[in-house]
Amino acid sequence: MGFPHQSHSRETTVLSKYFGDADARTLAGWKKRGGYKALEKALDMQPADIVNVVKESGLRGRGGAGFPTGLKWSFMKPGDGKPHYLCCNADESEPGTFKDRELMRWTPHALVEGCAIAAYAIGAETAYIYIRGEFTEPLYWMEKAVKEAYDARIIGKNAMGSGKRIDVYVHKGAGAYICGEETALMESLEGRRGNPRIKPPFPAVSGVFGMPTTINNVETLIAAAPILLNGADWYKKMSLSNPKSTGTKLYSVCGNIQRPGTYEVVMGFPFKEFLYDLCGGPLHGRKFKAVIPGGASVPIQNMEEAEATLMDYEGFVAQGSMLGSGGVIVIDDAQPMVTVIARIARFFAHESCAQCTQCREGTAWTTKILERIRDGEGTMEDLDTLLDIAEQMTGKTICVLSDSCAVPVVSGIKKFRGEFEALIQGRRFHPVTAAVA
Amino acid sequence: MAGEKMVSLTIEGRPVSVAEGTTILEAAKTAGILIPHYCYHPGLPIAGVCRMCLVEVEKAPKLAPSCATTVAEGQVVHVYSEKSLDARKGVLEMLLINHPLDCPICDQSGECELQDYTYQEGREDSRYREPKRFNPAEDFGGDVIYVPNRCILCTRCVRFMEDVAHEPTLNVSERGDRALIGKFEGKDLTHPWAANVVDLCPVGALLSKDFLNKARAWELDRTPSICPNCTQGCNVIMETRENQIVRMRPRANENVNAFFMCDWGRLNYRWMNEKNRIEHPMVRRDGTLSTTTWEAAISGAASVLNGKKVFVVASPMLSNESLFLLSELMQGGSGVFRVAEGEEAPLAGVEDLALRRERAANVYGAEKLGFQRTTDLLSGLGRDDVLLIAGEDLVGVDASAVSRASDVIVISSVLADAANRASVVLPIANFSEEEGTVTNLRGRVQRFTQARQAPGDTRPSWLVLGDLLGAMGKQTSFFLPSEVFARLASVNKSFAGLNYDTLGFKGLPLVDAPPTSPKSQIAVGAA
Repeated sequence: MGFPHQSHSRETTVLSKYFGDADARTLAGWKKRGGYKALEKALDMQPADIVNVVKESGLRGRGGAGFPTGLKWSFMKPGDGKPHYLCCNADESEPGTFKDRELMRWTPHALVEGCAIAAYAIGAETAYIYIRGEFTEPLYWMEKAVKEAYDARIIGKNAMGSGKRIDVYVHKGAGAYICGEETALMESLEGRRGNPRIKPPFPAVSGVFGMPTTINNVETLIAAAPILLNGADWYKKMSLSNPKSTGTKLYSVCGNIQRPGTYEVVMGFPFKEFLYDLCGGPLHGRKFKAVIPGGASVPIQNMEEAEATLMDYEGFVAQGSMLGSGGVIVIDDAQPMVTVIARIARFFAHESCAQCTQCREGTAWTTKILERIRDGEGTMEDLDTLLDIAEQMTGKTICVLSDSCAVPVVSGIKKFRGEFEALIQGRRFHPVTAAVA
Repeated sequence: MAGEKMVSLTIEGRPVSVAEGTTILEAAKTAGILIPHYCYHPGLPIAGVCRMCLVEVEKAPKLAPSCATTVAEGQVVHVYSEKSLDARKGVLEMLLINHPLDCPICDQSGECELQDYTYQEGREDSRYREPKRFNPAEDFGGDVIYVPNRCILCTRCVRFMEDVAHEPTLNVSERGDRALIGKFEGKDLTHPWAANVVDLCPVGALLSKDFLNKARAWELDRTPSICPNCTQGCNVIMETRENQIVRMRPRANENVNAFFMCDWGRLNYRWMNEKNRIEHPMVRRDGTLSTTTWEAAISGAASVLNGKKVFVVASPMLSNESLFLLSELMQGGSGVFRVAEGEEAPLAGVEDLALRRERAANVYGAEKLGFQRTTDLLSGLGRDDVLLIAGEDLVGVDASAVSRASDVIVISSVLADAANRASVVLPIANFSEEEGTVTNLRGRVQRFTQARQAPGDTRPSWLVLGDLLGAMGKQTSFFLPSEVFARLASVNKSFAGLNYDTLGFKGLPLVDAPPTSPKSQIAVGAA
């Protein structure tokens, strides 16, 4: 629902139904709303059958990459004699994204349940919820929920009397963006500096403590419960455009828009209606100029692209961007694009783990050039240099942080080159009227 | 190795066949292609962070880091394709944007991989127009200084301390372009093997205090040798400038020292440069030693030795060749030696590698060649024996015992006080000035070669001893140390079958040496 606003009639609230409902946070309240029924059902099923249902449902990773969840779970080979681990990536640090925060704040038991179901499905006895260090309130609710679940013997050495052991631990990060990258998260979880690992080996072969590990986003895990309860077909049918994108998706909307908040719509929902109708359109007297639809690391869309987008994995790609984490950042005509892009680049430069040369040096260099252009000290050659650095930063490093820094620069220069040139040529940016793109 | 599955691939058009699991970078080496790299080092776990070794692999979506990518059957690898060259050019430019470009005052200049690869593949100019990052130099303790401005964050030093020395001391502090190598709270690079980080550093970021501002790399002459400072026998390169040893660095040998050497051995080279040498042969005339010709000195010594039992006090720094010739001189007498001792200091991450307790090069060779190890050097000296002092300085030995000898002959580089009764003094080259072999504690025979010119009329010990034997009527005519070694190999069955050609510069074990395995490769990859 469009939390903190009233739910919009065109939303489909599966995961966000109880946002703002304080009673749903408690175990009793959650059970009253049908909580832990899916886990009960799951524990009566064979793990392989759960994986099949999730596969069948078409659920894809909600953290950004959109990898089919069932397929990921099926990589965990039962009976390999090794301990398996489940990681829940709750290190939601992508700028502009706060959907997992709301999920954990309002429905912490949903995540405990999702973790327990997934852990059982992949043959893991241990699930780690790696939660972002800054998320003090979600941490409070998660720890409380885990304790309640342990006390009620829903999880623990005999989860819901099934004889299965499912332990859930909540681990607090220390505030690094890069720890949202799955292998860096694992390094951090193991107590080391959160540096991404070289892949292969992938987590399913060697993850936490060198053991087979599945790592899923909060939203993905929470979605598993309603899928089990209502069936794969129910979930699969929630698709308005491409059948490869199914179910509902949470979007956290922020920026220059009437009603920022967390919204849940079915895959394939028209982005134009989403922005103008659900979110209330631009602020008074302003016009939308650009949208970053999936967190700071996806390409910037101009309004022409955004308004033509159908909101699913394929739909955003078709219009020059990506679904990403669903963190919609709306930029209106009062904002100078160069400032926006320079700020994004500064974020990545600050958060680079410093392992790979291109990322360590490239993100900082990019930031310095952008800030120079912003301050009116740029040259036309700087734009070529920026694009060339971006090329060097793309597809050449261990993880995609450096690619993520290059993305807004390349898409920004491509789509809003006029604003860059105006600053370089000494024309001051005039708010609202300067929408040169 | 036998039984290993082989994988065939093509690198730069050359067919290569290597064992399964080999990385592209190592496979390329077998084809004679050195893929530029910084963070990769065969003695360290793979980090894959410098991104310098990116190569194009056909059908792969992205450029592959060749240090972290294993070979696959039928792979076609392009090291010098436009895409790979462009990526490496990009890395080089980025590595240099914050680099001070202070090569003219940098010790690494001339042996710097950043310099080399930039000349080889880099841009001629930089597009960087912003202020450079600056961090002050820092004393890392031990022999090491850190100059962060030159650092490329390859993390070789961090991995050495953590994964090889097993004493985590260094880390990457900070993030982004603020990152630099830091020390853990309260730690210093005082580990006995810590100075290896200076060799491992591919640029001028970690410098040796001992070598600081001493020489330019291109002024140095480099000689393959063996570290004489303990029985491990680490393979080294002795580097000299104007006939002075200015630095010793490890030379890779997977059977002895992998890629490393200890700080104590590394820094203990000054004794080889010392100037207090005997430079001319001397004989005693009218109660005093006076300079003479080699011919007169050798024949004088021969006449002293002839028909006498000889008690040899030898130095365990002498080569197998010289000790063998000394043993031929004993004529029914005996030979002893003593060893300076210190604390053993192992390098935890490499099997059977340590700074050994016994601080001399050829303790095991001396034992093999019949010399008795003792702490009381002169106790075995019989009345009327000739005392032959070979390379031993007799420091701390009671000189009064010397009087038991009927005569004293000194074959040495320096004249010991206790030996001032000598009737003949034959000056010999020290370890760095001659060629020969030594036997390490695992029975490995290894060659060392001449790094410096010996002073004055000084001659190599094997030559002097060979001439002496000849003057005593024994059949010898040695023109090369290899000929002495050949004789040794023909009479001593431990050395049977060995010769200088087969020894090469990595050595071979004695026939009866216990089997050893090559130093196990450091575990590949973090997980």
